Amino acid sequence: MPDAPPEFPAAYSSVRAAAFGGMRDAIAAPSLVLGASYVGFGSLIRESGLGLGWGMASTFGAWALPGQIVALEMVMVGGSLAALFLAVAATNFRLLPMTVSLVPHLRAPGRPAWVYYLAAHLIAVTGWAMGMLRCPSLPPEQRLPYFAAASGTLWIASLAGTALGFLAAGSVPHVVSLALLFLNPLYFLLVFLGDLRQRWRPIALAIGFAMGPLMHLAEPSWGLVITGLVGGTAAFLLDRSLTALRGGR
Amino acid sequence: MSAAGLPWIALLLGIVATYFWRGLGVALARRMKAEGALIDWVGCVAYALLAGLIARMIILPVGPIADIPLTQRGIAVACGIAAYFISRKNILVGVLTGTAMVALLVTL
Repeated sequence: MPDAPPEFPAAYSSVRAAAFGGMRDAIAAPSLVLGASYVGFGSLIRESGLGLGWGMASTFGAWALPGQIVALEMVMVGGSLAALFLAVAATNFRLLPMTVSLVPHLRAPGRPAWVYYLAAHLIAVTGWAMGMLRCPSLPPEQRLPYFAAASGTLWIASLAGTALGFLAAGSVPHVVSLALLFLNPLYFLLVFLGDLRQRWRPIALAIGFAMGPLMHLAEPSWGLVITGLVGGTAAFLLDRSLTALRGGR
Repeated sequence: MSAAGLPWIALLLGIVATYFWRGLGVALARRMKAEGALIDWVGCVAYALLAGLIARMIILPVGPIADIPLTQRGIAVACGIAAYFISRKNILVGVLTGTAMVALLVTL
């Protein structure tokens, strides 16, 4: 199954069709992969001795896997609550630029603001990448339904994965849960390698990929934030100067 | 603090620390147009940050993935990327190949 159909419909016939389209795009590979990553998380919860309720509430309420794993780790090592809050906030800082860059592509006239605050809970890497790919070319009123249906489907798959991982934990060999947790970064990597249409994307990805681990070593808690701000700004300026050199725009 | 209640307070703090960025993002986006230099810059920041996160998750993971040796992680990722492009960008094939490689290498 391809990661995205080669030809996208520029518009669906109705808002309802856009929502079904989003669901359909999310159901195959994305749901399967994200669900499987959460199977890894669910079994991790079981191994940690926490309850199924804790794991489900984490996936329901936070739904951002790297931060969920950080929170779990902090609970296990018994770190202070302030340290946990800061560690999760630092890990999930990415949600800020992701939300700021996606929301303008979801807007339609006449919709109340609270809808976007609700929809923002569904912003996570996979659904965000789908929204960034598809929403700009859809008619404004179809964008949010497409994104919410796609990401909502992924959210449900994540909850199902968490439950499955917890319940199957004893019967699944440790190596399988390890491999399932590893699936997540590999999946993200392939999602981004598959959508490099604009020149600034490969530049930003390459700089970020190189800086991320180095900054993490230099400054474990805020290394990613520094990577995003410094690396992203460098990519932005590089892209601008390349455009200027070629006399573009 | 009671040992029973602590994980739930930790969970709640984690949820607040997560939604905080999403909510702030919506608030900041209100004044932003879909096109323009500012939104391009924010996109660059998001992509660089996500690439950094992915690289960190693979090269310097926290949690149980750290038990897998770095060379094995590297081999698995390389196999996953190769399978992805050989299968003409089939994500499922790429991910399954990489994941199977990790399971295989750890078992051996």
